[in-house]
Amino acid sequence: MSGAGLDSLYQEVIMDHSKQRHGAGLREDAATSSHQLNPTCGDELTLNLHVNATGDTIDSVSWDGQGCVISQASMSMLHDLLGGLPVAQVEPRLAAFREMMRSKGQIEGDPDLLGDAVALAGVSRYVARVKCAMLGWVALEDAVRQLPPPDADLGHP
Amino acid sequence: MALDTECIRADFPTLRRHVSDRPLVYLDSAATSLKPLAVLDAERDFYENRNSAVHRGAHTLAAEATELFESARDHIARFIGAEPNEVVWVPGATGALNLLAYSFSNASAGMGGDEAHRFRLGPGDEIVVTEQEHHANLIPWQELAGRTGASLRYIPVDDDGRLQMDEATALIGERVKVLAFTHVSNVLGSVTPVAELVALARAVGALVVLDACQSAPHLPLDVKALDVDFAVLSGHKMLGPLGIGVLYGRADLLNAMPPFLTGGSMITSVTMESAEFLPSPARFEAGTQPVAQAISLAAAAHYLDGLGMARVHERDAELGQMLVRGLTEIPGIRVLGPAAGEDRVGLASFAVDGVHPHDVGQFLDDLGIAVRVGHHCAQPLHRRLGLPASTRASTYVYTTDDEVQAFIDGVSEVRGYFRV
Repeated sequence: MSGAGLDSLYQEVIMDHSKQRHGAGLREDAATSSHQLNPTCGDELTLNLHVNATGDTIDSVSWDGQGCVISQASMSMLHDLLGGLPVAQVEPRLAAFREMMRSKGQIEGDPDLLGDAVALAGVSRYVARVKCAMLGWVALEDAVRQLPPPDADLGHP
Repeated sequence: MALDTECIRADFPTLRRHVSDRPLVYLDSAATSLKPLAVLDAERDFYENRNSAVHRGAHTLAAEATELFESARDHIARFIGAEPNEVVWVPGATGALNLLAYSFSNASAGMGGDEAHRFRLGPGDEIVVTEQEHHANLIPWQELAGRTGASLRYIPVDDDGRLQMDEATALIGERVKVLAFTHVSNVLGSVTPVAELVALARAVGALVVLDACQSAPHLPLDVKALDVDFAVLSGHKMLGPLGIGVLYGRADLLNAMPPFLTGGSMITSVTMESAEFLPSPARFEAGTQPVAQAISLAAAAHYLDGLGMARVHERDAELGQMLVRGLTEIPGIRVLGPAAGEDRVGLASFAVDGVHPHDVGQFLDDLGIAVRVGHHCAQPLHRRLGLPASTRASTYVYTTDDEVQAFIDGVSEVRGYFRV
């Protein structure tokens, strides 16, 4: 009954992530944390950022939230990108994702940078849903921003 | 005789639109209604033929505009059962409620002299609202309480969203100065027992403010019969244009109330030190007025008069029952508010077990069906009902039985699509 448009928005991989919710469930010992709210729909998401001992590499993120298929799938896909990723490599991924989400369907996205999240390219044609897809990424951006700068090595003379 | 829906539909050009390659099914009238040609024509006629500012200028166009503007006021006054000097143009219901809250605030700061004593609030005084209010009838009162030191209290709803009237009786005591509540809930579609609440307020001398945004489009509204002190309504929800609403106030109250916005057109004499204000409604209409919008809103009221508000109400209630009955039969759907058979307007909000409202709305949009998703500017009510958000379908005079059925059929496929 639904058209191809809807199926291209709710792709198989998106549906699967929205149910599996990789990384869901907040863990303790976060280096930083961010709570984001989408005021139009009331959706909420909390992201804990876990980093290694030197603070320059992401161990993982853990998260908790409620929201639509798009926001939950997007956060789950983002989680899969981050394990073992140098903090310095977060920014290019954020930029690539944001560019794709602002492209109104014009940019497909680089799977090397965005992994499964390239499947969210179709969301960018639905302006009202871009915020849903961005929720987790905005939380990550905020959490990374709170990390101490890399040169703030307290042990160094 | 019932409304001739097909005939009415011909007056609404937006209904010719297609969405997702299907004819538009517009079930978001509680957010903003569609506009009939008569309203579009009135607005266009003003700009084409009479464009000018009112209550100033000696030229012919200005005179014609002023006459239309004031006769629009007369028309709206008749539509709600008020006198013309009791109808104040405002940008919308939010503007009207803020006007009241800031006028009370100004009175509380000592403005308005002795006659403004009724509007003064301070520590120990109470403002009472309900748990089902739209944010527009909640936050202005929260802020007023914050500015004056008064306390804000609320009448709670039960698990089904019903106002707890026994709690209202206990809450509304001698300290209450203002009681503000909605006539029809924009989430539940339920009709508030206005007479009972007004009686409680009268017993303690509190001012009554009625939010009529969701009632004015759907049922005959008579502010004098309801015996409220103030009422607010939104033009664009009752076939009128965006950018205009109405504040109704009892003439004796409006004339005693200090103004909120000040400036041109609302004064008698001005010196470098002070100003004297005109009586109502001019004292609340500072600056250049939304003339085209007022005239078009009167055209909307005229259109509704032509249909007959009693018949509009009858049809609306019928559509509301169709919505509730249809939704209730679908497994995994929780309808908010009154059960089938109980009073409600043509509006139903619901939760789909396992599917987020945004996804419900997206699925329906793919069928050409427009609904509202989110918290509908009523976060506290949703929180009380244990939901972050819901999906809302709302009907109006142009809604057909087939459209409601298409919506029900669509909703019954949502859980399957999302594999719940």
